[in-house]
Amino acid sequence: MDCNAQAAAESVARTSYGRLLAYLALQWRDLPAAEDALSEAFAAALSKWPQQGVPASPEGWLLTVARRKLIDESRRNLIFDPLNDSTIIRAEPSKDFPDERLRLMLICAHPAIDVAVRPALILQTVLGLEVKTMAAAFLTPPDTLTKRLTRAKKKIRDSGMAYERPDPQDMPDRLNSLLEATYAAYFLGGQTSLLDAADPEDLRSEAEYLARLIATLVPESAEALGFLALLCFCQARRPAQTSPDGDFIPLLEQQTGLWDSGLMKEGYTLLATASEMAQPGPFQIEASIHAAHCYRAFTGVVPWPEIASLYDALVDQHPTVGSLVGRAVAHASQDPARGLKLLDDIDPALVRNYQSWWLARGYVLEMLGQLDLACLSLERGLGLTTDPGLRRYLSSRLARIKSASSPERRYL
Amino acid sequence: MDFMLMFNSPAQDLEREKNDPASATYWESWRAYMNAIYGAGIVKSGNALKAPYTASTVRIRDGKRQVQDGPYADTKELLGGYLVINVASLDDALQWAERSPSSISGSTEVRPILSMSEN
Repeated sequence: MDCNAQAAAESVARTSYGRLLAYLALQWRDLPAAEDALSEAFAAALSKWPQQGVPASPEGWLLTVARRKLIDESRRNLIFDPLNDSTIIRAEPSKDFPDERLRLMLICAHPAIDVAVRPALILQTVLGLEVKTMAAAFLTPPDTLTKRLTRAKKKIRDSGMAYERPDPQDMPDRLNSLLEATYAAYFLGGQTSLLDAADPEDLRSEAEYLARLIATLVPESAEALGFLALLCFCQARRPAQTSPDGDFIPLLEQQTGLWDSGLMKEGYTLLATASEMAQPGPFQIEASIHAAHCYRAFTGVVPWPEIASLYDALVDQHPTVGSLVGRAVAHASQDPARGLKLLDDIDPALVRNYQSWWLARGYVLEMLGQLDLACLSLERGLGLTTDPGLRRYLSSRLARIKSASSPERRYL
Repeated sequence: MDFMLMFNSPAQDLEREKNDPASATYWESWRAYMNAIYGAGIVKSGNALKAPYTASTVRIRDGKRQVQDGPYADTKELLGGYLVINVASLDDALQWAERSPSSISGSTEVRPILSMSEN
């Protein structure tokens, strides 16, 4: 049956693509060739399975075909003779081939690979995502993304990087770089509202899948658990983030009843497990900040003092522009003048074109009653915003502040 | 696997005199680095180069030889020397590059050596 064969191939692709690719790429030490061979094997499955029936071990079948392609290809290129390489011939295809996805992900997030391409590289190699899907979400032209990915894979193949699991003392840094790349995939992958015409797939669920995978593969890392907790809290709030018209709703105005309580509960449990492991780190602190915001669902109150001290700790460990702005907003909620000073103390070169800084400054100035200055900051922030939902929200907020501050209104 | 470490330094570092007392710590850091890397038994070959002002750059343009006095371009960092080392992986090579004094004031480029069988 055609559709049975197709469904079987799609199901293997969905569940095993990353495992098959990681195993082949690491065994062969050639990611682009492994990718080509595996896609040829899938194409062969689609043409053979309808006649021959779906094999008992579809994965073993795909591995055998892909490996044969790799052997043919390397014979043609005469790079080395696989017949003399006992490890390749000895390895019998079986259902129990080892899961090498963590090693592949660590290679994709290697410090020698351009940081900008790492998120897309991981999504493609581990989940088999296509360039056209990712290009839309990452706001990159497909040709450009293809070129960057090809270059990265060639660099992995040709630069002589270690394919082994990093030494224990290097592992925290390497894992952190992997978590950063997954974090970038989550946030960049959420920019879909920019593209009104198409309906590009949202990559946030794919990034959540990766976070779950990493936490399963490295359960001994508190940061991996903290990172998954962070994404649980972010995902929990998604249903409340946009109005039915697609307008942006800021965190503090969201209806907490729409937040997903199952995901929040999972986040709290993960954070508790992570903190028992006594390996503090920035992802756990960031998850704790999100956890504190989620308390509002149960208490109705935002615990600002706790959030402010968590931001102080985060800035201490990981002083990014984002964490500096977050800290200023948290302190502003208790002492707006202090918040403004913290914002203005950040290096101007870092924030001149940083949208969140201008929006935060507008928010704090509005709290201080300096409405004209608040409008100037918000307008600057609006100018740096491309998301249509957020633009509509900012425009209406500007209109509201302007009507409150205009002298005519006082006589109405 | 063989890698070349290319030590790029700002011009003022490359023009330092060997016995200038103000540069004593600078030369000491290079001596320590070279002792360590040669001591590890991984160096296959390498050289330090004379200062950039000694360089001559040749081009053929319109079939004619042009010789330029000085290095090929006005860049902030210039090649001051190189080593070819044999280590297990890029990761090891990057660790040796990180320890080089040129990585502090300039940069160290790491590239695998192309072996004849690859091309």
